[in-house]
Amino acid sequence: MKFPSPSSAESVVAITDLSRRFGPKVVLNDISLYVPRGSVFGLVGENGAGKTTLIKHILGLLRAESGTVRVFGLDPVADPVAVLGRIGYLSEQPDLPGWMRVDELLRYTQAFYPGWDMAYAERLRAQFGLDPAQRLKTLSKGQMAKAGLLAAQAHRPDLLLLDEPSSGLDPLVRRDILEAVIRTVAEEGRTVFFSSHLLEEIERVSDHIAMVHQGRMVLYGALDEIKAQHRRFTLHFETTQAEPPVIAGALSISGMGKEWTVMCNGGRTELPAVTARLGARIVAEHTPSLNEIFVAHAGTAALG
Amino acid sequence: MQIHITSDDGVPIYIQIVNQVKHLVASGRLAPGDEMPPIRALAEQLVVNPNTVARAYLELERGGIVTKRHGAGTYVSEERSPIGPREKLKILTSRVDSLLTEARHLNVELADIIKLIRDRDVVMEKEKV
Repeated sequence: MKFPSPSSAESVVAITDLSRRFGPKVVLNDISLYVPRGSVFGLVGENGAGKTTLIKHILGLLRAESGTVRVFGLDPVADPVAVLGRIGYLSEQPDLPGWMRVDELLRYTQAFYPGWDMAYAERLRAQFGLDPAQRLKTLSKGQMAKAGLLAAQAHRPDLLLLDEPSSGLDPLVRRDILEAVIRTVAEEGRTVFFSSHLLEEIERVSDHIAMVHQGRMVLYGALDEIKAQHRRFTLHFETTQAEPPVIAGALSISGMGKEWTVMCNGGRTELPAVTARLGARIVAEHTPSLNEIFVAHAGTAALG
Repeated sequence: MQIHITSDDGVPIYIQIVNQVKHLVASGRLAPGDEMPPIRALAEQLVVNPNTVARAYLELERGGIVTKRHGAGTYVSEERSPIGPREKLKILTSRVDSLLTEARHLNVELADIIKLIRDRDVVMEKEKV
């Protein structure tokens, strides 16, 4: 599937035709995406869909086998210092040295970033309720995530990159992390790229999304537009249908008996006529949640 | 100003904000001249993208519900009842529909619901004083 490409001039991250294999397995298959400056870009997909591999390319930890990756217009593999200095990165499992204390972590991280703002770091530390004298290895999972976020954020990065930041965390810590995302983007010109399999949180904070399924991109664009294009219809048939009705262009069809639910991406003008021909009427029309949209696309991709 | 965002039913978040602000104005919980929270503050409170809040405010401004004062924030409009009769009907119809659906599930008769509405009205009138 090809997606229209916006101008790459205003893109913080520009990925074109990126593919990657690990042995015989194709982990990324011809991915192209652009992350606009100042956006919150949500990367959606199941575990194992290729999200972390994609993020490793942005960080320059993996070289593009085919295709190109540009971050701030630079090649992250060739120019790691210039790229990484402007990125704040939080991995799913922050790998922080356990023997360090919270205040030592801040001083240690500061050394890597000329733009480190200690007053801001202090404010975040207090806000996150982290004790400066506590050793990292004694922190809970949630506190560890906050410490990692603090270290990723306090140099006010141009791009905040979060890989499954809230995976396995309780709702309160998740909220802290999402608030950090909002804070970052509310500050002029900063950009957030984050991956998650929690579609509810992607829907809340993102303005652009890319959906990957088994290494392929199945959906990409502005969240508003994606939401506006998708519709979920409920059809009522006069008689019980033993088999799902055949409707061209439907992403998914589910149901039984007389009532069937059809998910469509665009093309809703034709649906009433098609429905009438089948001897059914449309009894409900809804905007689906991102979760429903994802399930419909993932099913279609699996079939195709 | 209390707004609750849900991602369960697919309604776009900016529309949820618009509808709830309209409801707050219609019910008098937001009075003409009240200041709306800054976009950034509301975005952080609701944990939603600031562009989403900005879009909701734009819609509210277009609908005459709020007014932007240059460089001084956004305020609930002074004109009386900026919500048109059709809009009012739309807001109330959706509320009545969900009330009726719930009542049917609970096997409550229509007459009992109407009585309940009258009773609650009396209670609210008393509480006002």
